[in-house]
Amino acid sequence: MYAQMIKSEASQEDPEALKAFQDRIDAGSKIEPKDWMPEGYRKTLIRQIGQHAHSEIVGQLPEGNWISRAPTLERKAILLAKVQDEAGHGLYLYCAAETLGVSRDQLTRDLLSGKMKYSSIFNYPTLTWADMGAVGWLVDGAAIMNQVPLQRTSYGPYARAMVRICKEESFHQRQGFDIMMKMANGTDAQRRMAQDALNRFWYPSLMMFGPSDKESVHSEQSMAWKIKMNTNDELRQKFVDQTAPQAEYLGLTVPDEHLKFNEESGHYDFSEPDWDEFFQVLKGNGPCNTERLAARNKAWDDGRWVREGLLAHAKKKRNAAIAAE
Amino acid sequence: MTKDLFEFCCRMGDNTLVLGQRVSEWCGVAPVIEEDIALANMGLDLIGQTQLWLGLAGETEGQGRDADRLAFHRDVWDFRNVLLVEQPNGDFGQTLMRQFLFDAWHLEMLKALQSASHDQIAAIAEKSTKEVTYHLERSSDTVIGLGDGTEESHARMQAALDLLWPYAGEMFTADAVDKAIAEQGIAPDPASLRPAYDARLAEVLGEATLVRPVDDFAHQGGKTGVRHTEHLGHMLSSMQFLQRAYPDASW
Ligand SMILES: [Fe+2]
Ligand SMILES: [Fe+2]
Repeated sequence: MYAQMIKSEASQEDPEALKAFQDRIDAGSKIEPKDWMPEGYRKTLIRQIGQHAHSEIVGQLPEGNWISRAPTLERKAILLAKVQDEAGHGLYLYCAAETLGVSRDQLTRDLLSGKMKYSSIFNYPTLTWADMGAVGWLVDGAAIMNQVPLQRTSYGPYARAMVRICKEESFHQRQGFDIMMKMANGTDAQRRMAQDALNRFWYPSLMMFGPSDKESVHSEQSMAWKIKMNTNDELRQKFVDQTAPQAEYLGLTVPDEHLKFNEESGHYDFSEPDWDEFFQVLKGNGPCNTERLAARNKAWDDGRWVREGLLAHAKKKRNAAIAAE
Repeated sequence: MTKDLFEFCCRMGDNTLVLGQRVSEWCGVAPVIEEDIALANMGLDLIGQTQLWLGLAGETEGQGRDADRLAFHRDVWDFRNVLLVEQPNGDFGQTLMRQFLFDAWHLEMLKALQSASHDQIAAIAEKSTKEVTYHLERSSDTVIGLGDGTEESHARMQAALDLLWPYAGEMFTADAVDKAIAEQGIAPDPASLRPAYDARLAEVLGEATLVRPVDDFAHQGGKTGVRHTEHLGHMLSSMQFLQRAYPDASW
């Protein structure tokens, strides 16, 4: 998931208005930007959509790391197009967030200062070409688990952004799996890369869903508002159920000795990731937190003169047009 | 003739390959998301064109080398791109100025190639012209916007133009390969593209309030492969890393 541990806000508004709002959501109607909404709903959504957008943008970096080294022209083009899609996702999501009354600039500043987060997964390094396969297969795969249900989320602009995004994400996942196939069926070195990538990305992918939230008050409120559609555990289970047979098909070993299909439950049993590691990553101590944030800050600072220059030019042109009238 | 044709296709394809590689280095770190997307678009077009040009080069050569083989298994001395496109990205202004100086030539070249006596070349040119028309539109707009923007952006764009100008002239030089290809009615004499190029530059640089350097000195050695700059070797060492480290693998 690209949005993790989103705190939802309690609402202090008029109980009758709140009830009417909840009734609309329960009836399945979409909330649109001009509609009345509880302050808590608005703030929670800004946090969630903002974090999701930041994840798309920061998520360009680990894969961008391999564009210049992609092994064939076709792989290079596919990867470049994928990373470009992620930038597009960031853009749609910032637009969706803007309908809630926060600017893209403000959200960007909050990302750059470290006030807002992005998904923990993007703080892991991409070390071999097989990681481009693993990221597509596992990371985009995990993202889809959460985003497909979000196509039915109660907030109209968010739901519509998700519809566009999901189509592309499932494409990314297939492309990632295709790289994994090629690697898993390749030379010894390629197979080793594929297994190593799975070893390194398996648990961080499970962490993408966030810790268990069965008893979390925040989740309960978000679920009532339909801005969270499933519990973290449900989604994680679904992900494992889908992914474990795929790993087997690839001839790779999931790095979990307890992973086993449970005939009774009809689901896979599996080990929890190391949640201490997860909280360390959130605190800024993941392997790449410093580099990722530094890269985004550098891009923003280096780009300042460009943004200012283009803005100044646009203003000159506007003024000239007005003067000509 | 086959050798000249191979050489010519490599020149076209290496230009797009090396520039596409450079442009894609911006991925994820452009000044705004919209630029990130636009640069990726351009990179994608250029890589696509590379597949066509180097594919045709390999076919012409008839030694079983395909586009990937040519892209990932030649060393610096066999690359035939002009020096301009291998220049480092520098700041965003340098990248866009390099793009503009190249696009303005590229479009004229492709327009001329559309009437080549060689069907495949004419077809590649026709497809590429559509893409490059858009590249030039965008790079022109950006050069104008930044040239005529703030004091800082103006100064940076003028510096970028001064820095890159000595690499523009190479695109219009001709050697025996160009002459042979021109005689076959495949490609124009490079010098014949210059008047349209100069007119375009005058228009865009004028609007951008930038001054074209007076000295037309031109570095050479890229398109002939005689002497590339030091930058190309570093680019190839990362671009070709996997193919060279794991030569028996297929990807
Ligand atoms: Fe995405
Ligand atoms: Fe994706």
